Amino acid sequence: MPGLEHYLILSALLFCIGLTGAIIKRNAVVILMCIEIMLAGVNVAMVAFSRFITPLQLGGQLFTIFIIIVAAAEVAIGLAIILALYRKRQTVDTEKTDFLKW
Amino acid sequence: MGMHIAFWVLSLLAVAAAVGVIWQKNLFRAVLFLVLCFFAIAGIFVTLSADFLAAAQLIINVGAVAILMIMSIMLTREITSGSPSNILGLPALAVTGILAAAIIMVSSSTSWLLSPSSPVESTTGALATILFNNEGFIFLIQLAALLVLVTIIGAIVLLKEEK
Repeated sequence: MPGLEHYLILSALLFCIGLTGAIIKRNAVVILMCIEIMLAGVNVAMVAFSRFITPLQLGGQLFTIFIIIVAAAEVAIGLAIILALYRKRQTVDTEKTDFLKW
Repeated sequence: MGMHIAFWVLSLLAVAAAVGVIWQKNLFRAVLFLVLCFFAIAGIFVTLSADFLAAAQLIINVGAVAILMIMSIMLTREITSGSPSNILGLPALAVTGILAAAIIMVSSSTSWLLSPSSPVESTTGALATILFNNEGFIFLIQLAALLVLVTIIGAIVLLKEEK
């Protein structure tokens, strides 16, 4: 059985890969995909803590259920915003849609 | 031994697919890499004996979220311009590399209070008991339902055709 540290390292790697993508990508859909990877990394850490530290109480798995729900809602709203933006501006490139930037 | 092989194969697959999402210039292939990453993470959940979460991950993330991503990529027609990076490439890589190294160092040098008991075998019933009893998470479940309703209404309002 791999230890808790293995799962935490996997979670940290997934989180940081997703963070890199969310910072450096210019396509808004790809940024949403990278945020999904970050949330998946957090989920791995939650379930690993639940399995190794409180295996009989399942608290971490409950938090993971709520993270999955919120992530699904976030993706639905985010993609709706991106489609509305595309309809108005004909682009989803974040360098060309910086009209909120001061 | 079998657990070790499954863990290493699945975690290598997950990390490689996550890198592929960033690396791949073709948006459609990037989404397919994301689906592969979600599949590998569902397998990781199985190795952690979280069977209900693995099923939920497959149904929600692989089934619904990936389809939404594919549909929005097709609707925005940005496949031709690919998925370019901005000028922050190297600084972002350095910062996230330092962050990853810090998290890995801290988490492997901490002595965790591991529990010796073996996990619950079938988690579905146990999760339902915790979620739906009175002093548990029943309020949060209702709040989550409200959140999903607000999301549906919000998406419809955002995409409504203007008269």
